Amino acid sequence: MSLSPEEVKQIAFLARLSIQEQNIEQYSQDLSSIFGLVEQMNAQDVENIEPMAHPQDAMQRLRDDVVTETNQREKLMSNAPLTEAGLFLVPKVLD
Amino acid sequence: MITKSLTELSAGLKTGDFSSIELTQYYLDRISKYDSDLNAFITVTEEQALSGAKSADEQIAAGTAGALTGIPMAHKDLFCTDGVRTTCASKMLDNFIAPYNATVVEKLNAAGMPMLGKTNMDEFAMGSSNENSYYGAVKNPWDLERVPGGSSGGSAVAVAARLAPIATGTDTGGSIRQPASLTGITGIKPTYGRVSRFGMIAYASSLDQGGIFGTSASDCAMVLETMSGFDPKDSTSVEREVPNMSATLNDSLKGLKIGLPKEFFGEGLDSSVAEVVESAIEEYKKLGAEIVEISLPNTHLAIPSYYVIAPAEASSNLSRFDGVRYGYRCEDPVDLTDMYMRSRGEGFGTEVKRRIMTGTYALSAGYYDAYYLKAQKIRRLISNDFKEAFEKVGVIMGPVAPETAFKLGEKSGDAVSMYLADIYTLSLNLAGLTGMSVPAGFSSSNKMPVGLQIIGNYFEEAKLLNVAHQYQQVTDWHKAMPAAFAQANKSGEGE
Repeated sequence: MSLSPEEVKQIAFLARLSIQEQNIEQYSQDLSSIFGLVEQMNAQDVENIEPMAHPQDAMQRLRDDVVTETNQREKLMSNAPLTEAGLFLVPKVLD
Repeated sequence: MITKSLTELSAGLKTGDFSSIELTQYYLDRISKYDSDLNAFITVTEEQALSGAKSADEQIAAGTAGALTGIPMAHKDLFCTDGVRTTCASKMLDNFIAPYNATVVEKLNAAGMPMLGKTNMDEFAMGSSNENSYYGAVKNPWDLERVPGGSSGGSAVAVAARLAPIATGTDTGGSIRQPASLTGITGIKPTYGRVSRFGMIAYASSLDQGGIFGTSASDCAMVLETMSGFDPKDSTSVEREVPNMSATLNDSLKGLKIGLPKEFFGEGLDSSVAEVVESAIEEYKKLGAEIVEISLPNTHLAIPSYYVIAPAEASSNLSRFDGVRYGYRCEDPVDLTDMYMRSRGEGFGTEVKRRIMTGTYALSAGYYDAYYLKAQKIRRLISNDFKEAFEKVGVIMGPVAPETAFKLGEKSGDAVSMYLADIYTLSLNLAGLTGMSVPAGFSSSNKMPVGLQIIGNYFEEAKLLNVAHQYQQVTDWHKAMPAAFAQANKSGEGE
């Protein structure tokens, strides 16, 4: 299986990753060889096999819908790259 | 000091042979003396270490100390540590100060273990050589030109070079067992759900599991039983009692059935590794175990299915790094999309980007059935192989890795050849079983350490530790130290 540089650019966009133009070819080779490895799965018949999402096939545990966290707004926001008046700042979204 | 077991350190602290401050300072001195050669630590937390040691000494004086109180340790820099930089070895989190403790850290803090520092690793735990770190590669103390394995390479090296008596790690596809094997120490990956994942920065959530590195199985038992247990903050944590793992270390192995999967001894296994593993099996025969040949017929599908499931889960987990709430943000973004793309493009290293893109493609519209669903079905087949095997045997043994530690740079140009190094470890994570690596000797060709892998059924960590401990009672491989780092500090107490 082979992924073209154009496909790699599309995947990188979906993943929101900027990739430098000069590295696209390398990623295209790498991803192609990874999917070459992955496609060894095709030799196996998996008809009627139940997919396994969790090692113990456990169900999602639920908890009571009550507040358990204390308010630590300042502490939690202190890692943000840009804030103002208790808000996260991002580039302008609407003109 | 560096040859003492945790039990001996604990006794020394209780009888006053040395204080926790002295012990902790002893290890801090070793870190400052040796770590420039090894690069095992990303952050050394001297202040936290000494203040933790001070309160440990107070508890010891007050008679309220537990077995681990005052013994210093290191944490993989993937566990969140409140108020301390937690980087996951990524430029993305270079400045990230964790706002809370991982449950594992919380439990070990509560047990009175001072934190020496945060150890180096492959970025976001993606790698098998510890070369994928923003902070540079970690060196193997047995040969500084070789890799220590990964992703928990820093923790493994910290223990192997005796810069810490014990250290945490995480294992998603072999990241505890493989570096333990390559550096000649003991490491255990518990059953999925045994140790809380809360506060562990996520890579592949259905595979990730925290565990421990030590110089012996008995040291690992003491700490693992303390860090295990149900945690309501982790939705996949399992409600199940944690046994006293030290209590059964001395059980006899007479009549134990050891399964040897023929798929683990075939093509691709270095003959000098096979020799060491076979001689370890001979020791087990002397201990009264019975050897049974078994088959895990879907082993060859473990790598293909892992390299769909892990990247798919990673692409989802790592979408949280958006340059908004924490982490790296690019300079002068022109708009929101530009900010996302450049922050992530500049903040993540090559291997992380490779895996995010692999996962993004595998999950993208039209490909879900062909890749992710198919991989999950194969995961079932792999898990069924183990189920069948454990109806016949008590534990499974084999090599951890197909070869010993390779040279730095030897495989870094080729992603796929690096992935193949995980052939014997990945299938356990897919099944969710527990496994460990125990030092079993040295390669006759390059003198590098070789580990024996022991695989146990769900929640049988205590049995694995018993099986490993019995071997360590009749062998000395776990006591071997890399010569360049084997010298005790001159000023050390208790030498």
